[in-house]
Amino acid sequence: MKLRYLEERMFKILIGISVSLVTVPLLIIIGTVLLKGGKVLVDNPGVLITPPGSRYLITGEGGFLHAVLGSLYLVIPATLIASLMGFGIALFLQSDYTSQRISGSIRTCLDVLWGTPSIVYGVFVLTILIFINQRGCLLAGISALTLLELPIITRYADEAIRAVPKELKDACYSIGTTRYEASKVVGRYALPGIIAGVLIGMGRGIGDAASVIFTSGVSSVMPGGLFDSVTAMPILIFQQASSCYPTVRGHAYAAAFTLILIVGILNFLSRFLVRKLSKYVPGGK
Amino acid sequence: MKRFQLRLLKEGISSKAMFLLTILIFSSFVAIFVTLSLKSSLVVSEYSLKELLFSSNWDPERYSFGFFPAIVGTGYVTLISMLFAVPIAILSAIYISEYASAQKSVFLSSFIDILAGIPSVVFGLCALLVIVPFVGVYLGPALGIETTGMCVFTASIVLAVMVLPIIISLSVEALKSLPIELRDASLSLGATKWETIKGVLLKGASPGIFSAILLGLGRAFGETMAVAMVIGGKNQIPRSIFSAGQTLPSLIVSSFGEMMSIPIEQSALIFIALLLFLIVTFFNLIARYINTRLKKRWHL
Amino acid sequence: MSEAEVGIKIINLNITYGGHKELGGNKRIIALKNINLDIPGNKLTAIIGPSGCGKSTLLKTLNRLLETRDNVGIEGKVYIGGEDIYHAERRVPELREKVGLVDQKPYPLPASIYGNVAYGPRIHRNLKGEELDDIVESCLKRVHLWKEVKDRLNQPAAGLSIGQQQRLCLARALAVEPEVILCDEVTSALDPVSSEKVEDLLMSLKKNYTVVMVSHVLRQAKRLADYVVFLYLGEVIETGDAEKFFSEPSHELSRKYIKGVMAGV
Repeated sequence: MKLRYLEERMFKILIGISVSLVTVPLLIIIGTVLLKGGKVLVDNPGVLITPPGSRYLITGEGGFLHAVLGSLYLVIPATLIASLMGFGIALFLQSDYTSQRISGSIRTCLDVLWGTPSIVYGVFVLTILIFINQRGCLLAGISALTLLELPIITRYADEAIRAVPKELKDACYSIGTTRYEASKVVGRYALPGIIAGVLIGMGRGIGDAASVIFTSGVSSVMPGGLFDSVTAMPILIFQQASSCYPTVRGHAYAAAFTLILIVGILNFLSRFLVRKLSKYVPGGK
Repeated sequence: MKRFQLRLLKEGISSKAMFLLTILIFSSFVAIFVTLSLKSSLVVSEYSLKELLFSSNWDPERYSFGFFPAIVGTGYVTLISMLFAVPIAILSAIYISEYASAQKSVFLSSFIDILAGIPSVVFGLCALLVIVPFVGVYLGPALGIETTGMCVFTASIVLAVMVLPIIISLSVEALKSLPIELRDASLSLGATKWETIKGVLLKGASPGIFSAILLGLGRAFGETMAVAMVIGGKNQIPRSIFSAGQTLPSLIVSSFGEMMSIPIEQSALIFIALLLFLIVTFFNLIARYINTRLKKRWHL
Repeated sequence: MSEAEVGIKIINLNITYGGHKELGGNKRIIALKNINLDIPGNKLTAIIGPSGCGKSTLLKTLNRLLETRDNVGIEGKVYIGGEDIYHAERRVPELREKVGLVDQKPYPLPASIYGNVAYGPRIHRNLKGEELDDIVESCLKRVHLWKEVKDRLNQPAAGLSIGQQQRLCLARALAVEPEVILCDEVTSALDPVSSEKVEDLLMSLKKNYTVVMVSHVLRQAKRLADYVVFLYLGEVIETGDAEKFFSEPSHELSRKYIKGVMAGV
């Protein structure tokens, strides 16, 4: 008789331990990065906006503006392209465009692509580069990131569009709209969810190193044109975190701090927008 | 009439464009497979598959490509991290879904979303700063083992933390999707809350939880940066979990400098990427299959 | 199944729910107001009244299922078989072993047919093997399900029809060997044939159990009940012997309800 309750008690304790084990790492991560990165940024706030000096990887002279700009140059176009494509694909997956069988297999494809490790995308684009005898460059990096973000954004857009009540589309069609026109209406309704997905995709893209490390060329100078090498903040962190030179290491910490901040803001914005924009949509809370 | 034609034109163009885009998804998948296979063919034709996968000699300069240590390392790291992560994740998911108040549940879920969004390199950085010294200076000596801290064990810990969010959030989803009346039915028969969770809810949510674990496994398998930063990068079969080692993804990354030079080495590394792609795809597909199949069985 | 009759006595029961934001802040909703009841043991008592008047809530109070909901306020006393169930020494799962509840829609557990019925006995009495088989068989026989499922006991219960599932839920509840059986509109999701089978079963049960059933079908209550409780908007309007209630109700609302003219009240 008593065993039942004892078992329950025991598992409750285990559950408590588990939950703390989940929360503790996050606190450690945020704490460490804030402390170390924050310190560097406080000592030298210009590091974000200063271009690197010569022999940067050894002296740590200057700042890492090249990486900051590089990240932006890589992520913003990639996200834009992936969003446009993702939206179109998500619309197409709905029943008014495609049969269930086809949309089912495409969704499976999307699931698979969503779970693919980013390094595979990096190596893929790299292989193409090898084929066409090109070196790593901004354009290649953008391509890899687009591939990475596309499944994420498409899935969020798909869910957002699917959540639109069927009656809305029916109402459009019964007054004789084309599918394209109905899609515009549906798109506006699903906008909060789609934007949420875009922001999350962007967050993923800006933090990813594996896909860009092979494709964007990696450099220690300011970014040039589409076909020049460029580096990004995650790559910088990876390369410089275990550098023997403390200033160089410090930049890695500062970059990590900045990255977490950006990703955090994007996540927060994403949630905030969903809540805010839902107010203007009938049926939203 | 003109206006109508214009509308029809827009309709036509847009639907064709969307169709092409969607085809793109499918063709991306195919393209990745084909491209990677093509380039891998070089190394696969030069060396037998057996030699590649099972020999331990990784010496590109001497044209020796044995992936075995990396395979073992990957196996170790993935297995240990899952051993840590799965029980913690499931118990936490149970807490969030069944025990926590609505407020706490939302708070914890947001917490986990944040954890999920942290970039891999940042995890690696923290592991370098916190776990590596801890293992090297405290844990190792406490167990009588000498280690730098950059080892399989450290990599497993980081990986476990990275994999937690995905398993937790999918498991919570699976549990929450079960109707409240199911819990009522079990409680009405006199079961305790824990007995209900153990005997009814976990069973009912098992398709979702299983696929969550598989997806987590896929993630653990393919995780590159954080692992590369702390595993020690030694192409050897780790003697213990406190030795340095290598995983397949970290092998690719650590050799990337030389990637652009020797074709056959390129081919070898591309082959590894192909393997990763196939294995992770396999896990993902099985996860989906289990999810749909088992759900049908219980009519949930 | 004890020798003594297990009656239910409710004194000054008040149930409130927490305020919802949409309804303007912290206003609490009163679900049941000042309920005082004396439900006889080993009889079939029907709780009737229009939908949404607290019948299900009352039932869930009797097996303490209500407190699993968020933000519920429970005041008053409930005695089952002489025991104050809200302050008993016994833990709640043991109370629920004595007081079983069958819901409106059948919810088979994710297990085989056998597993569903065996669930209770396994937990409470740790039965195994032949003993367990016997209990499962006898309960399935009592709900007249045995013949239909005896060859597929190991198949998922979800594969049964709704009528069969509901009878399975009854078998499941019986396997626990309760003293009181609570039924919440258990035939409303069923077709007439299955309905009849379940009603016959309930009639046969009252010899050995105290049965309390909620129904919004007057004819059903008339047919089956020994004792009637008429609940309206969370308050007890009238109670009494079934025959008397249906032929000569004392309260005006009862008269209106029986006549079927509740509109405008």
